Amino acid sequence: MLRGNLSFDVAHLLAGSLVLVSFMQLYQDRLYALLNIFALHALVLAASVAWQAFIQDAPHLYLTATIALVFKAIVIPAALHRIIVRLGIHREIETVVGVGPAMLLGMGLVALSMVVMLRVTADADPLAREDLAFALSVVLLGLLMMVTRRNAVSQVIGFMSLENGLVLAATGAKGMPLVVEISVAFSVLIAFIVIGIFLFRIRERFDTVDVQALDRFRGERQ
Amino acid sequence: MIDALAGVLLIPAAAAALLALLPGYRMTARLNVVATLLTLLTAASLFVVAPTSGSYLLVDDLNKVFIVLTTFVGFTTSVFSASYIGHEMESGRLTPTFARFYHAMYQTLMFAMNLALVANNIGLMWVAIELATLTTVLMVGIYRTHEALEAAWKYFILGSVGIALALFGTILVYMAARPVIGEGVAAMVWTVLITKAARFDPALLNVAFVFLLLGYGTKVGLAPLHAWLPDAHAEGPTPISAVLSGLLLNVALYALLRFKMLLALNPGAIAPGPLMVTMGLISCVFAAFMLYRRRDIKRMFAYSSIEHMGIIVFAFGMGGALANFAGLLHMTMHSLTKSAIFFAVGHIAQVKGTQKIADIGGLTVSNPVLGWGLVLGVVAIAGLPPLGIFTSEFLVISSTFAREPWLAVILVFGILVALGGLFLRLGTIAFGAPRGPTAKADASYVPMFAHLAIVFTAGIYMPPALVAGFQNVAKLLG
Repeated sequence: MLRGNLSFDVAHLLAGSLVLVSFMQLYQDRLYALLNIFALHALVLAASVAWQAFIQDAPHLYLTATIALVFKAIVIPAALHRIIVRLGIHREIETVVGVGPAMLLGMGLVALSMVVMLRVTADADPLAREDLAFALSVVLLGLLMMVTRRNAVSQVIGFMSLENGLVLAATGAKGMPLVVEISVAFSVLIAFIVIGIFLFRIRERFDTVDVQALDRFRGERQ
Repeated sequence: MIDALAGVLLIPAAAAALLALLPGYRMTARLNVVATLLTLLTAASLFVVAPTSGSYLLVDDLNKVFIVLTTFVGFTTSVFSASYIGHEMESGRLTPTFARFYHAMYQTLMFAMNLALVANNIGLMWVAIELATLTTVLMVGIYRTHEALEAAWKYFILGSVGIALALFGTILVYMAARPVIGEGVAAMVWTVLITKAARFDPALLNVAFVFLLLGYGTKVGLAPLHAWLPDAHAEGPTPISAVLSGLLLNVALYALLRFKMLLALNPGAIAPGPLMVTMGLISCVFAAFMLYRRRDIKRMFAYSSIEHMGIIVFAFGMGGALANFAGLLHMTMHSLTKSAIFFAVGHIAQVKGTQKIADIGGLTVSNPVLGWGLVLGVVAIAGLPPLGIFTSEFLVISSTFAREPWLAVILVFGILVALGGLFLRLGTIAFGAPRGPTAKADASYVPMFAHLAIVFTAGIYMPPALVAGFQNVAKLLG
């Protein structure tokens, strides 16, 4: 029974930390800081998924944890970091809603997801239902972040933390099939988004992303 | 084992790989047509020999209708696309590399849509719809103009959020099914879910359906989640507008219908109908008013698609054998008519060199075949008798009048407002003195008139076998 309690507590702690890190993202107004917090978010997710893999005795979940760790905590933040530097937007500060209202809204959303999920899952086992409530909070906080930011990079970070919430939900649902496939599918989606931002932002600087136009531009300078 | 079920997936997948490798747009455009024709024939054979369903793929009466419609419109659009892309290449809007990319993506989209339709696993279905979204995002942005990229970005972000919410709903369905069915793949298999749905936890199913409705509803283009749709239709290549309106919206709707069937079987769950009816009505009336202020011809027909998806979702939300039959018929007729309209619009935009309604005029004088084709299409989409959409709209309205007269009044209001909006614009586009360039269109008229002929025939006479088939599916939908 001791192991049962311990596994429950650790899973609870990790899922709760994910919500906490989501809150930390809400009040970051510098892109670099936001990226670092997102990397932390992915790290906590990886730990949480690995813990689920351990307590559910589901080795395939380790793969999902590895994807979260390598791809989302290292590769994507590094790539976004480079994009931010190359586009020269690292000093940009932007929140549509102020920090205070955003935090209040966030708290409201967490309360909402607790009320909804805990009420409807009264019969489910406690680990699954609290995981689900946390996961919904992370999803809603991610959405909130997407609507309170204007910059494409921070919108994408919002989307990725939303997606972390989904992975948390999927791994918390014991024995759910296709979790690995789904996390791979999401990674592809995110990779596309990151490439998308790059093309999108180039457009703003050169007024076009037509590769030929870029070639012409370079040709003129030489 | 290779049967027709594997065929509708393998043919587009193989064609996508092949088209990605082959240079030269003339040959690849032809190959694209051949591949979609083969897929259509394979899909049609599903009616003759029904393959056995496994735990990942299934064929039943419901998805057969969708598969055949998808592959048929996929085929005719590829014929249209061949002449459309040919023109784009000559005018230099597309480079050979992008044309190759376009054809490979077209087949990937066909693969993804077929996979979503035949998936027996709700997780697999989700992955397929995500793949379909991604391929269309790439195709919407293919012109690489400022507007095209912005449209693609908007579609991408909104589509991704929709997809994410749908996944959360899917996870919740699994959570609801797990205590009854047990852990593992079985709890996500559609054919297993449907037999045990009555014993699922209703509260969990309710929340799941709300997420699924919002998620897949974004992809259906229901207001207020429709913001991506007009941009994506207006800025992408026209064959993609035709496929988006005619097919992809249907595929998302199909996913929604599957989950609606699940909920309907559970006595404790909320009735999904009223939610769908509300969203359908809002979409229909909202889009009808939006038709009046459109300046871009493709954007206008995109709003018309929102209106019609609203009517279809309304019909399925009302439920019952007659309303479901009407919804199914309306969906088929809308797919055929709307893609025919986009075929006409694609060539019109190429002839005139613009999509602005103000710069297009007097088409029936300058390009009679194209102009009258468009007029016929708009007459059909506006729901005038004796065309097919009139029949289906009449069925939707009359079945609603018997049950909820007030809802029917609102629906009729929406349809009439839309009719006014469409004809207001049609007047300037099709009649009067020609405006803009009046060059002859280098067009393939066959797909457009084939679709219109079917819609026209369906308005007058429907083969009893088809009616029986649709009635059977309508009964399945509950």
